[in-house]
Amino acid sequence: MLIAEPLVNPHKWVERYADYLYAYTVSRINDEELARDLVQETFLAALQRVDKFEGKSAERTWLTAILKHKIIDVYRKRSSGLVLNDVKQAEQEQQDFFEADGHWTAERRPVAFGVEDNDPLHNKEFNRILEACMKKLPALWLAVFTMKHIDDEATSYICSELKVSDSNFWVIIHRAKLNLRACLQKNWI
Amino acid sequence: MNKLKKIQYNCKQATFLIEKRQLTKLTFREAIELRIHLAGCSVCRLFDQQSHIINALVKQLLKDADKHEIRLDDQYKQQLHTRIEDELNKK
Repeated sequence: MLIAEPLVNPHKWVERYADYLYAYTVSRINDEELARDLVQETFLAALQRVDKFEGKSAERTWLTAILKHKIIDVYRKRSSGLVLNDVKQAEQEQQDFFEADGHWTAERRPVAFGVEDNDPLHNKEFNRILEACMKKLPALWLAVFTMKHIDDEATSYICSELKVSDSNFWVIIHRAKLNLRACLQKNWI
Repeated sequence: MNKLKKIQYNCKQATFLIEKRQLTKLTFREAIELRIHLAGCSVCRLFDQQSHIINALVKQLLKDADKHEIRLDDQYKQQLHTRIEDELNKK
Protein backbone atom coordinates (compact mmCIF):
# COMPACT_ATOMS: atom_id res chain seq x y z
CA MET A 1 0.00 0.00 0.00
CA LEU A 2 1.26 3.43 -0.87
CA ILE A 3 1.01 6.06 1.81
CA ALA A 4 1.37 9.55 0.51
CA GLU A 5 4.14 11.35 2.29
CA PRO A 6 3.08 14.49 4.12
CA LEU A 7 4.18 17.85 2.75
CA VAL A 8 6.54 18.32 5.63
CA ASN A 9 8.35 15.48 7.25
CA PRO A 10 10.67 16.68 10.02
CA HIS A 11 11.73 13.12 10.80
CA LYS A 12 13.63 13.13 7.52
CA TRP A 13 15.02 16.65 7.62
CA VAL A 14 18.49 15.88 8.89
CA GLU A 15 18.97 12.99 6.53
CA ARG A 16 17.72 14.91 3.54
CA TYR A 17 18.78 18.52 4.02
CA ALA A 18 21.41 18.88 6.76
CA ASP A 19 24.38 18.54 4.41
CA TYR A 20 22.87 20.84 1.85
CA LEU A 21 22.00 23.55 4.35
CA TYR A 22 25.40 23.24 5.98
CA ALA A 23 27.27 23.57 2.68
CA TYR A 24 25.05 26.48 1.71
CA THR A 25 25.95 28.26 4.93
CA VAL A 26 29.67 27.51 4.98
CA SER A 27 30.09 28.86 1.49
CA ARG A 28 28.46 32.10 2.53
CA ILE A 29 29.78 32.78 5.98
CA ASN A 30 32.96 30.76 6.13
CA ASP A 31 32.71 29.69 9.73
CA GLU A 32 32.02 26.01 10.29
CA GLU A 33 31.13 26.30 13.95
CA LEU A 34 28.63 29.03 13.30
CA ALA A 35 27.30 27.21 10.26
CA ARG A 36 26.43 24.17 12.38
CA ASP A 37 24.58 26.38 14.81
CA LEU A 38 22.65 28.04 12.03
CA VAL A 39 21.57 24.70 10.57
CA GLN A 40 20.26 23.68 13.96
CA GLU A 41 18.52 27.01 14.49
CA THR A 42 16.93 26.70 11.08
CA PHE A 43 15.46 23.29 11.84
CA LEU A 44 14.17 24.43 15.21
CA ALA A 45 12.67 27.61 13.79
CA ALA A 46 11.06 25.59 11.03
CA LEU A 47 9.52 23.20 13.56
CA GLN A 48 7.83 26.15 15.21
CA ARG A 49 6.29 27.11 11.91
CA VAL A 50 5.50 23.72 10.52
CA ASP A 51 1.77 24.31 10.83
CA LYS A 52 2.02 27.34 8.60
CA PHE A 53 3.85 25.59 5.82
CA GLU A 54 1.45 25.39 2.93
CA GLY A 55 3.52 23.41 0.54
CA LYS A 56 3.66 26.22 -1.98
CA SER A 57 7.36 25.61 -2.33
CA ALA A 58 9.42 22.50 -1.88
CA GLU A 59 10.43 21.65 1.65
CA ARG A 60 14.07 22.36 0.91
CA THR A 61 13.30 25.78 -0.57
CA TRP A 62 11.28 26.63 2.48
CA LEU A 63 14.07 25.62 4.86
CA THR A 64 16.62 27.50 2.77
CA ALA A 65 14.52 30.65 2.98
CA ILE A 66 14.52 30.44 6.76
CA LEU A 67 18.26 29.86 6.74
CA LYS A 68 18.84 32.83 4.43
CA HIS A 69 17.38 35.20 6.98
CA LYS A 70 19.66 33.81 9.64
CA ILE A 71 22.67 34.30 7.38
CA ILE A 72 21.69 37.90 6.74
CA ASP A 73 21.47 38.43 10.50
CA VAL A 74 25.06 37.25 10.72
CA TYR A 75 26.12 39.62 7.92
CA ARG A 76 24.43 42.45 9.72
CA LYS A 77 26.06 41.69 13.06
CA ARG A 78 29.46 41.33 11.49
CA SER A 79 29.32 44.61 9.70
CA SER A 80 27.73 46.72 12.38
CA GLY A 81 30.89 47.46 14.35
CA LEU A 82 31.33 51.13 15.08
CA VAL A 83 34.77 51.18 13.54
CA LEU A 84 34.92 48.93 10.57
CA ASN A 85 38.57 48.14 10.76
CA ASP A 86 38.50 45.57 8.02
CA VAL A 87 36.90 48.05 5.64
CA LYS A 88 39.43 50.72 6.47
CA GLN A 89 42.27 48.35 5.85
CA ALA A 90 40.86 47.17 2.55
CA GLU A 91 40.32 50.74 1.41
CA GLN A 92 43.86 51.59 2.26
CA GLU A 93 45.10 48.77 0.07
CA GLN A 94 43.31 50.33 -2.84
CA GLN A 95 45.09 53.62 -2.56
CA ASP A 96 47.99 52.03 -4.40
CA PHE A 97 45.80 50.88 -7.28
CA PHE A 98 45.25 54.26 -8.92
CA GLU A 99 47.14 57.51 -9.34
CA ALA A 100 45.49 60.69 -8.14
CA ASP A 101 44.12 61.26 -11.66
CA GLY A 102 42.51 57.82 -11.80
CA HIS A 103 45.14 56.04 -13.89
CA TRP A 104 46.23 52.58 -12.87
CA THR A 105 49.57 52.70 -11.09
CA ALA A 106 52.41 50.92 -12.85
CA GLU A 107 52.86 48.44 -9.98
CA ARG A 108 49.24 47.43 -9.52
CA ARG A 109 47.69 47.63 -12.95
CA PRO A 110 46.04 44.43 -14.17
CA VAL A 111 48.23 41.99 -16.01
CA ALA A 112 46.98 38.84 -17.68
CA PHE A 113 46.47 35.88 -15.35
CA GLY A 114 47.35 33.52 -18.16
CA VAL A 115 44.21 31.47 -17.54
CA GLU A 116 41.81 33.76 -19.37
CA ASP A 117 41.56 31.62 -22.48
CA ASN A 118 42.36 28.38 -20.80
CA ASP A 119 39.21 27.15 -19.13
CA PRO A 120 39.76 28.87 -15.77
CA LEU A 121 36.65 27.19 -14.41
CA HIS A 122 38.52 23.95 -14.10
CA ASN A 123 41.74 25.29 -12.76
CA LYS A 124 41.76 23.95 -9.20
CA GLU A 125 44.69 25.97 -7.95
CA PHE A 126 43.25 29.19 -9.30
CA ASN A 127 39.95 28.43 -7.60
CA ARG A 128 41.68 27.74 -4.34
CA ILE A 129 43.40 31.12 -4.41
CA LEU A 130 40.14 32.82 -5.28
CA GLU A 131 38.52 31.25 -2.24
CA ALA A 132 41.32 32.46 0.00
CA CYS A 133 41.00 35.95 -1.48
CA MET A 134 37.27 36.03 -0.82
CA LYS A 135 37.96 35.30 2.83
CA LYS A 136 40.14 38.37 2.96
CA LEU A 137 37.37 40.74 1.94
CA PRO A 138 35.77 42.84 4.67
CA ALA A 139 32.65 41.16 6.02
CA LEU A 140 30.29 43.78 4.67
CA TRP A 141 31.82 43.69 1.21
CA LEU A 142 31.67 39.93 1.04
CA ALA A 143 28.05 40.02 2.17
CA VAL A 144 27.08 42.55 -0.50
CA PHE A 145 29.10 40.73 -3.15
CA THR A 146 27.65 37.32 -2.32
CA MET A 147 24.05 38.47 -2.07
CA LYS A 148 24.30 40.21 -5.43
CA HIS A 149 26.47 37.91 -7.50
CA ILE A 150 25.51 34.55 -6.08
CA ASP A 151 22.03 34.93 -4.73
CA ASP A 152 20.92 37.44 -7.31
CA GLU A 153 19.02 39.48 -4.75
CA ALA A 154 17.49 42.81 -5.71
CA THR A 155 19.75 45.75 -5.00
CA SER A 156 17.07 47.50 -2.96
CA TYR A 157 16.64 44.39 -0.81
CA ILE A 158 20.37 44.14 -0.11
CA CYS A 159 20.55 47.84 0.73
CA SER A 160 17.71 47.65 3.22
CA GLU A 161 18.83 44.38 4.80
CA LEU A 162 22.44 45.45 5.22
CA LYS A 163 21.65 49.11 5.79
CA VAL A 164 23.78 50.55 3.05
CA SER A 165 22.76 53.43 0.81
CA ASP A 166 22.30 52.91 -2.90
CA SER A 167 25.42 54.87 -3.79
CA ASN A 168 27.45 53.06 -1.17
CA PHE A 169 26.21 49.78 -2.59
CA TRP A 170 27.85 50.50 -5.95
CA VAL A 171 31.02 51.68 -4.28
CA ILE A 172 31.20 48.39 -2.37
CA ILE A 173 30.51 46.31 -5.48
CA HIS A 174 33.34 48.12 -7.23
CA ARG A 175 35.78 47.93 -4.35
CA ALA A 176 35.12 44.29 -3.59
CA LYS A 177 36.00 43.37 -7.16
CA LEU A 178 39.10 45.58 -7.23
CA ASN A 179 40.46 43.89 -4.13
CA LEU A 180 39.50 40.42 -5.19
CA ARG A 181 41.16 40.83 -8.56
CA ALA A 182 44.28 42.39 -7.09
CA CYS A 183 44.54 39.58 -4.54
CA LEU A 184 44.31 37.01 -7.32
CA GLN A 185 47.00 38.74 -9.30
CA LYS A 186 49.27 38.98 -6.30
CA ASN A 187 48.95 35.34 -5.32
CA TRP A 188 48.64 33.68 -8.68
CA ILE A 189 51.30 35.31 -10.79
CA MET B 1 39.54 69.18 -19.11
CA ASN B 2 36.02 68.50 -20.27
CA LYS B 3 34.02 65.60 -18.91
CA LEU B 4 34.61 63.21 -21.76
CA LYS B 5 38.32 63.77 -21.62
CA LYS B 6 38.17 63.05 -17.92
CA ILE B 7 36.59 59.65 -18.27
CA GLN B 8 38.83 58.86 -21.18
CA TYR B 9 41.76 58.99 -18.82
CA ASN B 10 40.14 57.75 -15.64
CA CYS B 11 40.54 54.01 -15.07
CA LYS B 12 39.11 54.17 -11.59
CA GLN B 13 35.84 55.53 -12.90
CA ALA B 14 35.89 53.13 -15.85
CA THR B 15 36.27 50.06 -13.61
CA PHE B 16 33.42 51.37 -11.49
CA LEU B 17 31.22 51.47 -14.59
CA ILE B 18 32.45 48.03 -15.69
CA GLU B 19 31.20 46.58 -12.40
CA LYS B 20 27.96 48.48 -12.55
CA ARG B 21 27.30 47.37 -16.12
CA GLN B 22 27.40 43.72 -15.10
CA LEU B 23 24.51 44.21 -12.72
CA THR B 24 22.36 46.96 -14.09
CA LYS B 25 21.73 49.09 -17.12
CA LEU B 26 24.03 52.08 -17.35
CA THR B 27 22.63 55.48 -18.15
CA PHE B 28 23.12 56.56 -21.73
CA ARG B 29 25.88 58.91 -20.72
CA GLU B 30 27.68 56.30 -18.63
CA ALA B 31 27.50 53.78 -21.44
CA ILE B 32 29.05 56.22 -23.91
CA GLU B 33 31.75 57.21 -21.46
CA LEU B 34 32.67 53.64 -20.79
CA ARG B 35 32.75 52.74 -24.44
CA ILE B 36 35.07 55.61 -25.20
CA HIS B 37 37.33 54.67 -22.35
CA LEU B 38 37.53 51.00 -23.25
CA ALA B 39 38.26 51.80 -26.87
CA GLY B 40 41.46 53.44 -25.79
CA CYS B 41 42.47 51.48 -22.70
CA SER B 42 43.69 47.91 -23.04
CA VAL B 43 44.34 47.59 -19.31
CA CYS B 44 40.70 48.22 -18.48
CA ARG B 45 39.63 45.85 -21.24
CA LEU B 46 41.70 43.22 -19.49
CA PHE B 47 40.10 44.19 -16.19
CA ASP B 48 36.69 43.75 -17.76
CA GLN B 49 37.58 40.29 -19.01
CA GLN B 50 39.04 39.22 -15.67
CA SER B 51 36.07 40.61 -13.80
CA HIS B 52 33.71 38.42 -15.81
CA ILE B 53 35.89 35.38 -15.19
CA ILE B 54 35.91 36.07 -11.45
CA ASN B 55 32.11 36.30 -11.40
CA ALA B 56 31.78 32.99 -13.20
CA LEU B 57 34.28 31.34 -10.86
CA VAL B 58 32.61 32.65 -7.73
CA LYS B 59 29.26 31.40 -8.94
CA GLN B 60 30.68 28.00 -9.67
CA LEU B 61 32.44 27.85 -6.34
CA LEU B 62 29.21 28.28 -4.47
CA LYS B 63 27.40 25.86 -6.71
CA ASP B 64 30.02 23.21 -5.99
CA ALA B 65 29.49 23.82 -2.31
CA ASP B 66 25.83 23.09 -2.84
CA LYS B 67 26.77 19.81 -4.46
CA HIS B 68 27.47 18.29 -1.09
CA GLU B 69 31.22 18.46 -1.20
CA ILE B 70 31.07 19.88 2.27
CA ARG B 71 29.35 17.64 4.78
CA LEU B 72 28.27 17.82 8.36
CA ASP B 73 29.84 15.17 10.51
CA ASP B 74 27.62 12.24 11.39
CA GLN B 75 27.81 12.71 15.11
CA TYR B 76 26.45 16.23 14.88
CA LYS B 77 23.75 15.06 12.51
CA GLN B 78 22.73 12.39 14.99
CA GLN B 79 22.46 15.03 17.71
CA LEU B 80 20.41 17.23 15.46
CA HIS B 81 18.10 14.40 14.60
CA THR B 82 17.56 13.54 18.25
CA ARG B 83 16.91 17.16 19.05
CA ILE B 84 14.25 17.36 16.37
CA GLU B 85 12.61 14.15 17.52
CA ASP B 86 12.53 15.50 21.07
CA GLU B 87 10.86 18.67 19.91
CA LEU B 88 8.32 16.69 17.92
CA ASN B 89 7.48 14.58 20.95
CA LYS B 90 6.85 17.66 23.01
CA LYS B 91 4.06 18.70 20.72
